[in-house]
Amino acid sequence: MDIPFTVKLRDDTTLYNAKVGIWLFLGSEVMLFGALFSSYILLRVGAPPGTWPRGLLNVPIGAFNTIVLIVSSVTVVMSWASLKLGNLGKFRFYQAITLLCALSFLTIKSFEYRDKFTHYEVWKTDGARMTGHVEGGPYFWSTQTLKDKKLDHIVFHPDPHHYTEPVKPHAGAAAEHEGHAAITIPVAEIARLSAFVPAHSTYFAIYFTLTALHGLHVFGGALVIGYLWGPGAKLWKTDPERFTNRIEISGLFWHFVDLVWIFLFPVLYLL
Amino acid sequence: MNDPQHVAKHVKTYLMVFGALIVGTILTVAVYFKHFESVALAIAIALIIATVKASLVAGFFMHLVSERKTIYIIMAFTAFFFVGLMALTIWAMNDSPALSGSTQRAPHATVAPAQHVP
Repeated sequence: MDIPFTVKLRDDTTLYNAKVGIWLFLGSEVMLFGALFSSYILLRVGAPPGTWPRGLLNVPIGAFNTIVLIVSSVTVVMSWASLKLGNLGKFRFYQAITLLCALSFLTIKSFEYRDKFTHYEVWKTDGARMTGHVEGGPYFWSTQTLKDKKLDHIVFHPDPHHYTEPVKPHAGAAAEHEGHAAITIPVAEIARLSAFVPAHSTYFAIYFTLTALHGLHVFGGALVIGYLWGPGAKLWKTDPERFTNRIEISGLFWHFVDLVWIFLFPVLYLL
Repeated sequence: MNDPQHVAKHVKTYLMVFGALIVGTILTVAVYFKHFESVALAIAIALIIATVKASLVAGFFMHLVSERKTIYIIMAFTAFFFVGLMALTIWAMNDSPALSGSTQRAPHATVAPAQHVP
């Protein structure tokens, strides 16, 4: 039995069914990300002045990832246009670029995550706070790790500025790599140690929630596009119009993923 | 949309939108590196640019500028509930003395600053 209205338009909606379906799904996605964005706004506005971390993310890398997603959005729409023109070869070419962009985005994001998992903040018992790197670049250390390893001190490479201090305008992540003179901090003087993980602060909790959820969308979208680029493209031979519609639907989802990042980038990296 | 000339015209539009999105991204980063005295102004500019970029993606890449009525109805509902969600957020801010800027502090807001994790 054939699935109705995969190509033929319905009289009531004047659309094929999948198109109504994807827009309803995107509507629910707007609410999902909207809820998280509004949570972010509440947390951001509610933070006491000067306590919200700024300049801890790498703006050039974030901007580069934005451009990667924009390029992928263009190649998605160009691949759909190629199918409309009956050119499967060009479709495959453009979607290959899309998949490369998706892979690049996720790879860059994973490097960003890795950088955060090895970047630390130390709260000292005298009230002083500093961010930087622990000698050896360990992952996910915490105050408990110091106890478990029975360490009596750590060698710490502090950043030039702490994010709560007034710094020269927008020194950003680049400044983190200036002058890493190592200091030794006795464990007895450490009140808290945390990597830049969700447990570090509200900022990193919402940062990882939003970016990981977005990353999952990129991954899911890439899986669908990859399937339609490879084995799924067999449909082109038997039902080209239906295949073109599938590409349009996957493209709409991909554009939404790009659209979310367009807001995530300034909100998380710049504000 | 099946007419090759029609599609070719759309391709030109897609490339122009692509250029506009790249320019928008460069502008967003430029706003960040150009230090504005007012943080609120910098935030407003960054969000306006993001909104313009998102409108271009939704309007041209997602074809919302020339869609069917059913899609517009779905989007109208989405917009209504999204605006409602954001309005609730702003409303909630007024419930909290700490967020609304009131000098009267709620009893739960007397936590020692040292214990606050931003």
